[in-house]
Amino acid sequence: MSTTRYSEDHEWISVDGDVGTVGITDYAQKALGDVVFVELPDVGAVFIKGDEAAVVESVKAASEIYAPVNGEVTEVNVTLNDDPSLVNQSADDAGWFFKIRMDDAGQLDELMTEDQYEEFVKDLD
Amino acid sequence: MSMNSQGRASRADNIPGNADSIETFTGHRGLEQQEKLIFEVGDPSRTGVDFADPGKFDPAFGGLERHAPIGLPGLSEPEAVRHYSRLSRKNYAIDMGMYPLGSCTMKHNPRLNEKMARVPGLADVHPLQPQSTVQGSLRLMQELAHWLKTLTGMPAVAMSPKAGAHGELCGLMAIRAALEARGNARKTVLVPESAHGTNPATAALCGYGVKAIPADSRGRVDLAAFEAELNEDAAAVMITNPNTCGLFENEIAKLADAVHDAGALFYCDGANFNAIVGRVRPGDLGVDAMHINLHKTFSTPHGGGGPGSGPVVFSEALAPFAPLPYVVEENGAFKIKEHPDADDTALGRLTAFHGQMGMFIRALAYMMSHGSDGLRQVAEDAVLNANYVMASLKDVMTPSFDGPCMHECLFDDRFLKGTGVETLDFAKAMIDEGFHPMTMYFPLVVHGAMLIEPTETESKDSIDTFIGMMRSLTRAAKSGDTARFSGAPYLAPLQRLDETRAARNPVLRWTPPEQRAAAE
Repeated sequence: MSTTRYSEDHEWISVDGDVGTVGITDYAQKALGDVVFVELPDVGAVFIKGDEAAVVESVKAASEIYAPVNGEVTEVNVTLNDDPSLVNQSADDAGWFFKIRMDDAGQLDELMTEDQYEEFVKDLD
Repeated sequence: MSMNSQGRASRADNIPGNADSIETFTGHRGLEQQEKLIFEVGDPSRTGVDFADPGKFDPAFGGLERHAPIGLPGLSEPEAVRHYSRLSRKNYAIDMGMYPLGSCTMKHNPRLNEKMARVPGLADVHPLQPQSTVQGSLRLMQELAHWLKTLTGMPAVAMSPKAGAHGELCGLMAIRAALEARGNARKTVLVPESAHGTNPATAALCGYGVKAIPADSRGRVDLAAFEAELNEDAAAVMITNPNTCGLFENEIAKLADAVHDAGALFYCDGANFNAIVGRVRPGDLGVDAMHINLHKTFSTPHGGGGPGSGPVVFSEALAPFAPLPYVVEENGAFKIKEHPDADDTALGRLTAFHGQMGMFIRALAYMMSHGSDGLRQVAEDAVLNANYVMASLKDVMTPSFDGPCMHECLFDDRFLKGTGVETLDFAKAMIDEGFHPMTMYFPLVVHGAMLIEPTETESKDSIDTFIGMMRSLTRAAKSGDTARFSGAPYLAPLQRLDETRAARNPVLRWTPPEQRAAAE
């Protein structure tokens, strides 16, 4: 059973055991417009929460993706190198960016639940 | 019958149907020629240059000389001239109309500058000529340096950087050198979120981490957030003033004091100096280094019009670290100081030679023809024109911030909400109306940004035409005329291009048809 949490920077993290899969939300991909390039971290990279972990570039802007929790990158979604449009087509599933082994699952409590995130986004519009 | 304003016929009555529907046999559209790529015109056997036969000689390349054809196109001189003339007619230029591209300062390039740059004694010199034969050119560089130092209130200037971003690199390298001389280069550079993208890139290139500082609700640097990041790791702050929202950072002196109290240095991005030249001296605001885009503030041509130039002025603290070379005057003679003294802390060279002479001539011609009072009026008129645009559009569009602006005015896309038209579509429709669009989606601190910089060289008539066009487009968008926007531009030589596909799958190289066929 996985849980998904959301950051104010529009990343989601879906957790299974001590590994979380990170991507950007559907709201974020719509705001970015067509994604043309994704720069992924190296496997083995160690981040603390808030570190710049990846970069996503669209026809409008380049944006940083921040690590939502502390941990080590265990896997990256290499298909994004060839097909960055996956981020637009399937932001919350096939368009995931990287997997991170969390140091401290307690950090998830600092993030938003799906309901909280929906409220948060509503306030932005 | 269609007539022009003088009553002369401009179109015959017997055109069959819609002129746009006429198919031509050549593919050309009357005066607008369809032009192929340069590799597809001419023939490799043709040439516009007549080389003499070199006769028999022994190559001195040790067998490394090339014998196979190198695949260059072959054009006679008229073919080459026509190729580029035809392409230029598909383009838009400041010489054709208003170019309100915010943050870029697309203003008129006075022809006097061009005339001066073509004076043979200035145009035909070589950087390796004996210095005694180019005293006039060296004096010109010295004179321009004097103007730049006087206008900015700063004691030193590096003339050699070749563009704004190169100037930033020069400034940050000097800052790093000064901090290293104090014993600690420190780790981070603070950059506001509204900054030009080159600012964080420059900091990264100089080995610094970048800390982004958010904007406050007034569109200025959030002072509290800024001071919270200003610790012993902070090497410098890079601030654009006026900033990219077109707003003056009115807490700048306080900000500069805080930077210096923390032992850091203050880099000012001088891209928008054109809004304050003659009115405000950055040296009085506590700036330690600032580049000056000669092509913005001092009207030298942008990009394709000639090489850029980005001199950097320095405070007392940084002057000892300014790069070589520079011009010095000794006993009435000018010479180029090219080599460091034994105890010199100066950075080495940033460029092979001494700077962009052609731009120096143009910038100095501009300064001398305007005088200090004229330059002050340049800034005042630039600010006046931008405020006129803002005031004339704010009832139908949505300005991002309250109050007057500086040399450019920023709108966001709230006024398009619910229309189905986005900033991009709106900009493309402006092309059909005969204008270069404003800057869009920058700065990033507002949603769907539209940044308009009319500059001081537009007349009230031309700005009024622009305002009328913007009001009409706004009305069309709000009244549901989305077709006008969704596929625009319809009337440009090329219509809406697939920017996404171009970015995802860039084709950067021409492939001969036979190779292409073989690959498929």
